[in-house]
Amino acid sequence: MTEIPKEEYVLKCTSACAGCPSSLILRYVLKAAGPDTVLVVPACCTSVIQGIYPNTALNVPVYNVAFASAAACASGMTEAFQKAGKKTNVIVYAGDGGTVDIGIQALSGAFERETDFLYICYDNEAYGNTGMQRSGSTPIGARTTTTPGGKTHAKKDLDAIVDAHNPSYLATACASYPLDLFKKVQKALSLRGSKFIHVLAPCPPGWRFSSEMTVEMGKLAVKSGLWILYEREFGKVTINGPSKAAMIKPVPLEDYLSGQGRFKGIDQKAIDALKSQSELRAKHLQKEADGIC
Amino acid sequence: MLTIATGNKAVAAAVKELSPDVIAAYPITPQTEIVEQIAEYVTSKELDSRYIPVESEHSAMAACIGASITGARTFTATSSHGLLYMHEMVNWAAGARLPIVMANVNRALGPGWNVWAEHTDAFQERDTGWLQVYVSTVQEAYDTTLMAFRIAEHADVLLPVMVNLDGFLLSHSMQSLDTLKPGDFVPPLHLPHAIDVANPAGYGTLTGPEEHFKFRWEIEQSMRRSRKVIAETEKDFADRFGRSYSVAEEYRFEDADVAVIAMGTLGKEAEVAVDLLRNEGVKAGSLRVRWLRPFPDLDLAGRDIVVIDRDYSFGSGGIIAHSLMARSRIEPYSVIAGLGGQEVTYDDIAGFVRDRRPGSELWFGVSGNV
Repeated sequence: MTEIPKEEYVLKCTSACAGCPSSLILRYVLKAAGPDTVLVVPACCTSVIQGIYPNTALNVPVYNVAFASAAACASGMTEAFQKAGKKTNVIVYAGDGGTVDIGIQALSGAFERETDFLYICYDNEAYGNTGMQRSGSTPIGARTTTTPGGKTHAKKDLDAIVDAHNPSYLATACASYPLDLFKKVQKALSLRGSKFIHVLAPCPPGWRFSSEMTVEMGKLAVKSGLWILYEREFGKVTINGPSKAAMIKPVPLEDYLSGQGRFKGIDQKAIDALKSQSELRAKHLQKEADGIC
Repeated sequence: MLTIATGNKAVAAAVKELSPDVIAAYPITPQTEIVEQIAEYVTSKELDSRYIPVESEHSAMAACIGASITGARTFTATSSHGLLYMHEMVNWAAGARLPIVMANVNRALGPGWNVWAEHTDAFQERDTGWLQVYVSTVQEAYDTTLMAFRIAEHADVLLPVMVNLDGFLLSHSMQSLDTLKPGDFVPPLHLPHAIDVANPAGYGTLTGPEEHFKFRWEIEQSMRRSRKVIAETEKDFADRFGRSYSVAEEYRFEDADVAVIAMGTLGKEAEVAVDLLRNEGVKAGSLRVRWLRPFPDLDLAGRDIVVIDRDYSFGSGGIIAHSLMARSRIEPYSVIAGLGGQEVTYDDIAGFVRDRRPGSELWFGVSGNV
């Protein structure tokens, strides 16, 4: 039985929205990482959640840095700590816009150099901090303030891009499964080299659902098979329990979509695209897990 | 030790003596030789630095920032488009009060592609909170790089410093270089706000207008204090190593009726022009501005001033000329010359003095006085 430490590093009175998954995720990330940790945070919701100077709601040092630069900043920090003989964890905690769009060059460089750090992308599938504009991570059919008619392009496959860098560890997680997340962060930090965890963050105001439904919405994403929980270490893929079950008997995707205002009026073509994209991914991951490819 | 070196190699040699903890580097002409030479030093273990071969200049400065905030000594080098690409992080470095040292090899901006000397690149960063110094010889590039670390890391300053050298004219010119052992000339870096996991703090968190404004004022105060630190550092350097520098180098200036003001290699060239004019009976002198930020207070009264700008602010004018008009209340003859590596000889400079028209502006070789 995994013991989750009682220590809190996300203190009370953050300025997060009600039902915010980002602060929930961060709570477990920091419990797993412990106090010898520095967070590097590019512009994202967490820039706001931590509070206003001179106060901070986070009980580890947080280095806030410009949007495109988180992974590069973390590269420098990691090298400097190593040069000083320190074993401090350097964790980038970035949103999807800062990862899949403006920050991807720095991310790619840091992973190519096998920087010894952990990069966590908490993915609420849009630019949440600025009021929900589409990002490269927004799924097809989702309405955002810059795709008022629904997004016409598919969600960028961030994991495939990161995987192409052959990282030491790659995992997906979801705010609704904190124990799974906790273990993955622990495992990632026990390994050397570049580690990556991609966490789905169902966002009540952005996705337009009621704030008490955050955990339920994340569970539906996993149970419908749209979001697959898995890890890849030493070239081997393991599909995690909840997603294994979903692959055998998924809940209808429509259950997930119908609970969210952002998918209101989504057409059948977009639903089919979402379905075929997730089926293809599941098939591919299953093959990898079975050692077929 | 007496040797010969290019301006680029002189910068790299100075960096080696001060052994930064972290160096982040990205190549760009005409700076590349600096980061290549440093890579050689690191590979041969002559230099014990972490060398991060980043994927862009934006990341070079970001990596320096991430390293510097832990209290590490950091260095990078760039030029022209590279400098502009890192512009956002250039601001961040100064705002975060990080004593990063960067060599910038001055080069024109495109389009079209032009890799030759011009100061417009660094001038576009002049309001970022970085100290900026411009050198004119290989020896000065070496000496000033050493001094830059001490000035940046001084407790009264804690701002980044950019050492500028003219592309090709200096970066690739071979001149004699006397290297030295700096000893304790640059003390170990102590960054008072370095990250400390035992004392967690938020860095760069959301900041309201009052605090933001206060932080800007603190940068300005440090900029003002840096004048004293620069003077002390230059004096200590002269005392220890026998080579003296100042914020603006005077040459036969004291009794001059007319003085040429320029920066970098043009400022050095102006000294030859002064000798030429003196032989003709013209009481000429020159003043080579080394420090652009903080901008020096110069006493220019009582003589004609010819300012040569290897830069331009479109719709405004030569930037040094305008700075002097504002600070020293003079009406100079403003010459725009040397853009994109245009050749400007000492004969040309003597010609500017002979044909000076205070209050007007000349685009050398391009237009008449306007």
